[in-house]
Amino acid sequence: MITARGVTKKFGDITAVNNISFSIRDGEITGLLGPNGAGKTTMLRMLTCFLKPDAGAITIDRYSVDENPVEVRKIIGYLPESAPVYGDMIVYDYLSFIADVRGIVDSDRIAEIGDECGINEVMHMDISQLSKGYRQRVGLAQSMIHNPDILILDEPTSGLDPNQIIEIRNLIKEIGKKKTVILSTHILPEVEATCDRVIIIDRGNIVADDSTANLQSDSGGMKRIIVKIAGSDYPTLSAELGRLAGVVKVEELHDGGLVGARVTAGGGGDVRPDIFKMISSKNWILYEMLQEQRSLERVFRELTGGGAQ
Amino acid sequence: MIFKEKTRLVGDEIRAYFHEPLTIMKKELMTYFYTPIAYIVITAFLIVTGIFFFKDFFYYNQAEMRGFFQFLPLILTLVVPAITMRLFSEEIHSGTIETLMTLPVTTLKTVIGKFFAATLFVSLMLAPTLIYLITIIIVGSPDPGPVIGGYLGAVLLAGAYSAVGILTSSLGRNQIIAFITGLLACFFLWLVDKIIVFLPNRLSFLEYFGSDFHFRNISRGIIDSRDIIYFFSIIAISIFLTTKILDDRR
Repeated sequence: MITARGVTKKFGDITAVNNISFSIRDGEITGLLGPNGAGKTTMLRMLTCFLKPDAGAITIDRYSVDENPVEVRKIIGYLPESAPVYGDMIVYDYLSFIADVRGIVDSDRIAEIGDECGINEVMHMDISQLSKGYRQRVGLAQSMIHNPDILILDEPTSGLDPNQIIEIRNLIKEIGKKKTVILSTHILPEVEATCDRVIIIDRGNIVADDSTANLQSDSGGMKRIIVKIAGSDYPTLSAELGRLAGVVKVEELHDGGLVGARVTAGGGGDVRPDIFKMISSKNWILYEMLQEQRSLERVFRELTGGGAQ
Repeated sequence: MIFKEKTRLVGDEIRAYFHEPLTIMKKELMTYFYTPIAYIVITAFLIVTGIFFFKDFFYYNQAEMRGFFQFLPLILTLVVPAITMRLFSEEIHSGTIETLMTLPVTTLKTVIGKFFAATLFVSLMLAPTLIYLITIIIVGSPDPGPVIGGYLGAVLLAGAYSAVGILTSSLGRNQIIAFITGLLACFFLWLVDKIIVFLPNRLSFLEYFGSDFHFRNISRGIIDSRDIIYFFSIIAISIFLTTKILDDRR
């Protein structure tokens, strides 16, 4: 259980985090989402006692971050942004240093965590020689070595290739089954793919705090489907699509030789079977049918003033 | 029996308190010997001290290490900041400070760990100079007082300079700046008892701030609590200030 009440942090004249309050229940994967410079990292650094809030209070479990930073750090695992690790050490020595400081006596633990994070094959390499992906995993191993109840990850997938991103996401989801995870990111699909809950912050303020599902459906609950066919013209297609149940709006899409339409559909049901049946009954050729799932992205753009990509 | 039990408990407590500083110390020492810096610094140190030792050894034909101990404070002034400069600056520069400072260790213990590492490293660097001692024992019979006092003073001086160097290393992310400010601070401590001849008489108490002044006292073979207190004060003040600076960065 993590609670923040009225947390504020200033750097000179800049207010990085402005009067933020939230609470996170045990066993949730929470995404802290926001454009660059929104205050995500500052917020996480305050949770991990790396920075002190100027005002407000943070409690983690039953410990106050102000009064008991050492106890808080014991139950937290933290992967800082871009996973800073000691370049001139080998992976094994680095992990055994962390284990030793954290008072872990079990000598098999390093091999175990290496297995979990997939770094056993680089255990005896200099950290500075590792690729970004491996370095990130070493950072992750470091943050999980003491089996913490709370895991705080600052942009865990930044700089990784698509395969590695998927691996790390799966790993996070796996961990999230047993532990409380807070991760920050500015990548929307990441939140949609991994988080139960989203806190969107912008310029130091919380602009949304809800479950991922709620945020997605709140944005009007509209689905957008792109249809591309051959064998007809746009007016006919548009008229036929408009007749289907649930379709709210049909717009023209220009795409070379194909006839394209963007269909906006409301209601609970899925209109794709109907679209397909209609097209096949007309003997048109269906080249493409795609449902856009970008509602969270739209929420994000609206809330953060279009500042993010 | 009860007394024994009590001392055992106190012993356990001390061991528990120093577990984290010692772990950090081990890691820092390991890093020193992973990189070539350690070997370069040690080699340079041995060449320079060797020159000062053998110069006197052959010129004066006397079985003593006075030449070596005479120049040791100045050499340490130069060498110790080079050893300590990376201890915090590099962590701040590379961002590893964030990992380090979010481990369940108080800032004070972290600083103590790094201080132990630097002091032990300098002591290891001094160890090969015992060969000079063996050389003079073979050819003559040196007075044990100045030799024991000299080495004790050297270790205390190494500790004081290490603490000062760590303090300047915690000031920023640039190692070069940490080295230069550390060098200036140590050099000032070395210099202060030598400039009092230019100052009015009532400022002569400044002599007590001089590191070389206290080192000379000890290396005469007279171990006086005032000199020991001086070195421990420098160490304590520097460690306290470093802790304060690092905590205020938050």
